[in-house]
Amino acid sequence: MTSIPKIVGQRVALGALTLWIVSLIIFAGIQFLPGDIATEMLGQSATPETVAAFRKNLGLDLPLHLRYLSWLGGILQGHFGTALSNGREIGELIAPRLFNTLFLALSAALISVPLALFGGIVAALYRNTFIDRAINVVTLASISFPEFFVAYMLILFLAVHAGILPSLSDVDSSTSFLMRLNAVALPALTLSVVVLAHMMRMTRTSIVTLLGNQYIETARLKGMAEWRVLVRHALPNALAPIANVVVLNLAYLITGVVVVEVVFVYPGLGQLIVDSVQKRDIPVVQACSLVFAATYVLLNLTADILSIVMNPRLMHPK
Amino acid sequence: MTKWDERSKAARGVNRRTILKSAAAVGAMAITSSSYILPALAEQLTPKRGGHFKLGVAAGGTSDSLDPATYNNAFTEVFGHSLHGYLTEIDAEGTLTGELAESWEASKDAKTWTFKVRQGVEFHNGKTLNADDVIASINYHRGENSKSAAKSTVDAIEDIHADGPETVVISLKSANADFPYLLEDYHLAIVPAKDGKADVSGVGAGGYVLENVDYGVKGNAKRFANYWKKNAGWFDSVELLVIQDATARTNALTTGQIHAMERCDLKTVHLLEKNKNLEIVSIGGTQHYTMPMHCDVGPFDNPDVRLALKYAIDRKQLLETLLRGYGQLGNDHPIASTNRFFNKNLPQRQYDPEKAKFHLKKAGLANLKVTLSASDAAFPGGVDAAVIYQQNAAKAGITIDVVREPSDGYWDNVWLKKPFCQSFWGGRPTADWMFSQAYAADAAWNESHWKNARFNELLIAARSELDDAKRLEMYSEMQTLCSNDAGDVIPVFANYVSALSRKIGHNKIASNWDLDGFRCTERWWFAEA
Repeated sequence: MTSIPKIVGQRVALGALTLWIVSLIIFAGIQFLPGDIATEMLGQSATPETVAAFRKNLGLDLPLHLRYLSWLGGILQGHFGTALSNGREIGELIAPRLFNTLFLALSAALISVPLALFGGIVAALYRNTFIDRAINVVTLASISFPEFFVAYMLILFLAVHAGILPSLSDVDSSTSFLMRLNAVALPALTLSVVVLAHMMRMTRTSIVTLLGNQYIETARLKGMAEWRVLVRHALPNALAPIANVVVLNLAYLITGVVVVEVVFVYPGLGQLIVDSVQKRDIPVVQACSLVFAATYVLLNLTADILSIVMNPRLMHPK
Repeated sequence: MTKWDERSKAARGVNRRTILKSAAAVGAMAITSSSYILPALAEQLTPKRGGHFKLGVAAGGTSDSLDPATYNNAFTEVFGHSLHGYLTEIDAEGTLTGELAESWEASKDAKTWTFKVRQGVEFHNGKTLNADDVIASINYHRGENSKSAAKSTVDAIEDIHADGPETVVISLKSANADFPYLLEDYHLAIVPAKDGKADVSGVGAGGYVLENVDYGVKGNAKRFANYWKKNAGWFDSVELLVIQDATARTNALTTGQIHAMERCDLKTVHLLEKNKNLEIVSIGGTQHYTMPMHCDVGPFDNPDVRLALKYAIDRKQLLETLLRGYGQLGNDHPIASTNRFFNKNLPQRQYDPEKAKFHLKKAGLANLKVTLSASDAAFPGGVDAAVIYQQNAAKAGITIDVVREPSDGYWDNVWLKKPFCQSFWGGRPTADWMFSQAYAADAAWNESHWKNARFNELLIAARSELDDAKRLEMYSEMQTLCSNDAGDVIPVFANYVSALSRKIGHNKIASNWDLDGFRCTERWWFAEA
């Protein structure tokens, strides 16, 4: 038992270090992009005077390291600062977007995880039969399509032809829970299709590799039904790798869905970070990257803890 | 074009023969008339009140704000025109009318302008409009530390003061006969003054009151009960949605989630035309694509080289492929055919490899090799256009090396810096404004470094000339000079192409900006609920 707090402590410290390095890389990376916020905001209408006034106003005329340090100081005191482009509090800017992103990720996970486990178990149960192959082909095909293609296909059939779901995920703070579910239905389905195959195949493989073990043989000799052998004896032992894959996919659902957000015009964090990079709004990009990096760190930590909890040998080391 | 006419007539129950006849007539008419509007909709219709109007715009970001000085995309521009009034307005016919300025007059030298502020106009916060509000609103964009995109416009103002609560007197640094047109600039919204400073929080005197706005996502506004215009602002409420992806915009329109969208994808618009529930509106306006070459850099410093390059581009092919016919041919000057000072007598420049060779020879060159910096950031399809140009020019013995420049930072790193590149102009409502911003010798955005003495002399002279006949003469000569000598290849003018649900009613649509001069929320209405 003692190992869990220790591992958590180590991971949190490492995570903090990772976040710091991420912030450094992002900050430096944006400096290499051509132009800065003044020229990007003003675009074609930038004259040298307006650009200079803009920079001075935002403190962009200060040297790089001073700007970084003042930003870091702010973060350590718990505030993200204000967006360069319109002076709004970044916390305020990010909170509703983060909520939208998490809502979508969770909806997609609620559809895809049970489906993946179920599909994986069925495939393992009927391994090397027609059913197994059919499941494999369908999921592999769906993972091979680019996200926007899946999205457009779903829009074509469910929104344009059938007219049952909206093609535009129009949500705001006043949207009710049910309307929100309706609005995210298509993007959630799209994401589910995309992440399903990975999790399902991992479930199937993890279970199948365990089937050669002696305790499985014993269970079968007891006269247990094959599906009970799988669910009662094989699955618990296969959970650790499955949890890992599930968590990895969850992280993807939170951080990597810009394309889906664009297609469905869903106001999530991805849109915000793309917008901010285009405008060179460094504090917003930094804040978004930190949120993304923190998501990865936290979810990986969760995966590790889960695999320890699920493995009695790790839970009770000698 | 004829296809839309057929459908709109058919919808009104005209028999087949009339359809074909009228379609042919309109087809013939379309060749001569440049700005083109559906004939069925050109007649005056009676608007109705009510409904919640949803509009999908192509541009808008999280960095937007309600501050008029920062307006730079369709979202803020249309939202701005919903919330705010302006001193002047350009109507559907292209005529300048007074909005918050009831009338105005110029001194004889066109240097001092006296504006009469409209009486009985109320702001959303209950304040009554007076001269101080106008002054504060304009001064907001002036001054050393102004970050406003309209700074260069209001720089022309020497002094602005009130003469009583109803009159504003503006004196200019130099004469400008078109000054009232400049006040139509979408940045120059009239906002209430608060302690002598402009209040830019979104309170205005426009037809709609701000409800809420989520930048880069959507904005909501509801009808202003005390709006002074009785014949505008028909919707109960309006909602603007930022939908950057053209396919998403189209899907939202065809599935009825929005009532209108701007910027149809020209590659698929022919499919949209088949949809009976939609109307495609294509308006010939001022926006045009240019390819500026620096007139002070070799080989472009030779006027014959410039002419050779102008003859070496197949404008018709660009119009047909790049714009799918939704545009007009350009004649190497930036004045749109809808402008009142458009030079009708200047012959249209054609693709002519022989003439291009002739001018090359005159320049003492057997062949020519130039580098063109192209990008889709300059205008949609920029790289494709450059490659077509490359093929066209090859027949005239001109080799064009197309360099694909990154879209990111294009306006900062390529435009105005590379000797031969691509650019885009939304255009300006007046000839003087357009020429002063991009062709005057001292203009910050003189993208071709063109300095023509006669042109600049005419530019100054035309500003203080109040006789329109004489001005037409002057501007015509300037267009000729520009076309034959300047460093800009201007192959095409692009139409504003939008799609509207048939539920939306409208009169003739203005061509000064997209979406009915950015005023669709106040000019359009629901024909049926």
